[in-house]
Amino acid sequence: MSIHDDAVQTFTPRDFHRQAHDALGNPQIRANFRKAMDGLMTKRRDSFGDWDLETLRELGANIRMRALAKLPELLEQLEANCEANGIHVHWAEDGEEACRIIRELCEARGAKAVIKGKSMVSEEMHLNEHLEAAGIEALESDLGEYLVQLNQQTPSHIIMPAIHLNTDEISDIMHHKTGTERTRDVDYMTAAARSQLRERFMAADVGISGVNFAVAETGTLCLVENEGNGRMTTTVPPMHIAVTGIEKVVEHLRDVPPLYALLSRSATGQHVTTYFNMISGPRKEQEHDGPEAVHLVLVDNGRSRIYQDDELLDTLRCIRCGACMNHCPVYTRVGGHTYGTTYPGPIGSILMPHMLGLEDTKDLPSASSLCGACGEVCPVKIPIPDLLVRLRREAVGEGRGNVPGAGVKRNKKEVAAWKSFQWLATHPGAWRRGTAMAGKLNMLMPSNLGPWTDHRTAPKPAKTTLHALIKRHRKQRSDA
Amino acid sequence: MSARDAIFKRLRERTDGPLTPPACDFSVVTNRGWSRAERLEHFERLITSVHGEVIHTTSDDWTRRLAEVLAAKSIKRLALGREHPVAAEAREALKASDVELVDVDRDIETWQREQFERVDAGMTSTGGGIAETGSLWLWPTPDEPRLISLVPPIHIAVLDAESVEDTFFDMIEAHGWAQGMPTNALLISGPSKTADIEQTLAYGVHGPRELVVLLRYAAAQVASA
Ligand code: SF4
Repeated sequence: MSIHDDAVQTFTPRDFHRQAHDALGNPQIRANFRKAMDGLMTKRRDSFGDWDLETLRELGANIRMRALAKLPELLEQLEANCEANGIHVHWAEDGEEACRIIRELCEARGAKAVIKGKSMVSEEMHLNEHLEAAGIEALESDLGEYLVQLNQQTPSHIIMPAIHLNTDEISDIMHHKTGTERTRDVDYMTAAARSQLRERFMAADVGISGVNFAVAETGTLCLVENEGNGRMTTTVPPMHIAVTGIEKVVEHLRDVPPLYALLSRSATGQHVTTYFNMISGPRKEQEHDGPEAVHLVLVDNGRSRIYQDDELLDTLRCIRCGACMNHCPVYTRVGGHTYGTTYPGPIGSILMPHMLGLEDTKDLPSASSLCGACGEVCPVKIPIPDLLVRLRREAVGEGRGNVPGAGVKRNKKEVAAWKSFQWLATHPGAWRRGTAMAGKLNMLMPSNLGPWTDHRTAPKPAKTTLHALIKRHRKQRSDA
Repeated sequence: MSARDAIFKRLRERTDGPLTPPACDFSVVTNRGWSRAERLEHFERLITSVHGEVIHTTSDDWTRRLAEVLAAKSIKRLALGREHPVAAEAREALKASDVELVDVDRDIETWQREQFERVDAGMTSTGGGIAETGSLWLWPTPDEPRLISLVPPIHIAVLDAESVEDTFFDMIEAHGWAQGMPTNALLISGPSKTADIEQTLAYGVHGPRELVVLLRYAAAQVASA
C-alpha cells in the first residue's frame, strides 16, 4: 500500500482473510475509510430530506425489473436505434472478447493513446493491461482513477476510486510521479492534474467511457459525472468507444429521471451531479465538434447466466451507486482492496462469484454479518442479504448448483454433523437424553473449536438442561 | 454462433421462464404543483448550493449585465455562437467593447489549442432549466457546439425564467424528448467539481470552475419577479 514501495501490492479474493487481517492492522486505512464512509452516510441521508424515499426506491426497483423482464427485446431495440443513430454496436461474451474488440477498433485507427472516463466494466475486463500489452497507452482521466493509476493501484471504491488515500499520500504520489510541489493545497493539486490531463485529452486518439443508462427507445447513452472528464473523453478524441454490461439498458427516456435521482443521492449524497451527458450519435455533417465515430460494446461476462435464475436475477438491477459499501460495517473496516475484486463490498460479494466462480470467491459471501444495512439503503431494493445467504448455500452445495464453483466449500464432516443435529432436533426423546448427557460430560467439551474460538470462548453446556429446569419448576409449583 | 446470437439465445431461453414486467408509477417524480415564484426560488437555491452564480435580469437589459460580468471577471476573449438570438444580441451589444469575440462555428480541429488555452469564457443559450435540481438543459448545435460549455474556465449561460420546469421528468415529457434526441443533450448543474482528494471539494477540475447564469425575465414581468 505504501507509495514508497516500488513493488506493487496485488490483492486476490483467494487471500481475503489474510488481506482483511492486514487491513485491520493498518490504522491509516481504517481512519481513511471510516472518515469517508461516515461523511457519505450523513450526506446521503440529508440529500433525500424532503423526498418520499420509499416510493422512489419502489419506482427505481420496478423500472429496473421491467427492463430485465424485457431484456432481450430491449437490447434488440437499443441496438437498432443506436445503429440508426450511427452508433456501431458490438457484442462480447466475456471480458477477453470485449478487450479484443476494443483493441481492434483502436488498431484500425492506428491509435497509440487512449484517454478513459471512469468505467467499472473496463476494470472488470482489465482493459488497460490488455491495451498496454498491445502498445496502446490507456490513461485514466477521472481524478481519482488518475491518482490510483499513478500509484499503480486499482480503485478501492466504485464511485470514489482513491478513497483509500489521504491528502498527504496523494501529494506524495503527485510529487513523485509528476513533479508537483509537496502541499496539502487541494486546489493546487487539482489544477495541476487539470493541466496535465488537458494535454492528454488533446493528444488522445480514442476516448473510452462506461455507460450509466442505455436508453432503448432513443438509442441514447447516459453518463453521470461531476468532473467533466467524461464529457471530455466522449467529445474531444476523434473516436469514442463506450463499454458496458448488457443489463444497463432501460426501456424509456422517462425511466431515466428516477434512476438518476436515486443514483446521485445514493452515491455521494448530491441532489444532482454536475453533468448528465446524453449521447445519441457521432458528430453530424454540419457539427463542429464531437467524435466522428461512436461504438458501443455490450459485454455479457456472466450476466446472462445470472439472468436465468429468479432469485439471482435481482443482482442485475444494480445501478452501481456504491451505497451498499458506504453503509457496510465490514467494508468500512477492511477497505476496498481487501476483497481483491473489481467490485468490492456487498455488491461485489453477490456479483463477483458469478464472474470469477466460487472457488476463488468463496469467502466473499461470508464476509458479512448479515446486518441488513446494504439491503436497506439499496436504491433499487436488491435483497443483498438474501443473495449473500443464497451464495453461501451454493458454496456448500445446498443451492441449485447453478453458480460456477458451487459446492466448493462442502465439507463431509460438517454435512454429517448437521445431519445428526437435524435428526436429534426432530427426535425429542433422543434430544433430551443427549442434552442431559452433554451437561454431565461438559468438562470434556474442547475449548478449541477452529475459527469459531479464534475470537470467542467455546460454549459450555449447562449442567442441568432447560427442559430439566422447567420440569423441576413445574413440579415445585404443583407441589406448593 | 456469434457472441450476439449466443447471448440472445441464453436470454430468450431463460431457465426460470418468462418474466412479467411490473407497472411503474411515476407520480413521485412529477406534479410538484409549484407556483412560478416557488419554482424559480427552488432553481436558484439549488444551483447556488453547488457554486453556480445566478444574476437576475430582463430580456431588454441582460446584455448590460453580461458586460458587467465580463468586466468583473476580467474576461477578454469570449467564445460564443452567431445565429442564436442570444448570441446575436450579445455580439451586437459587445461590438464596441474591448472584449474579443471568438467564433465557435469552426471545426474544432482547426482551433483546438486556441480553445483550450486562450479563451476566457464560453457563452451559450439554454433550452430550459430544472427547478428541483437546479439544472440547465443544453442541446448543443453547429452554432453552439458541445465544447463551449466545457473547455473555457468560465461558462456563462442565458436562461429564460419561462423555460424552467419543475422536474427532469417534466422536462422530458413537456418537450417530447423521446421523439428524437440530438447528438448530445446535457444537463449542467454547477461548475465542474471533484471530491476525489480526501472528500475535499475542488472546482474546475476538468471543466469550468465558474458557472454564471443570466436568468432573464420578460421585461414586463420584472416587477412581479
Ligand atoms: S447493490 Fe444497490 S446499493 Fe449496492 S451498488 Fe448496486 S444499486 Fe447501489
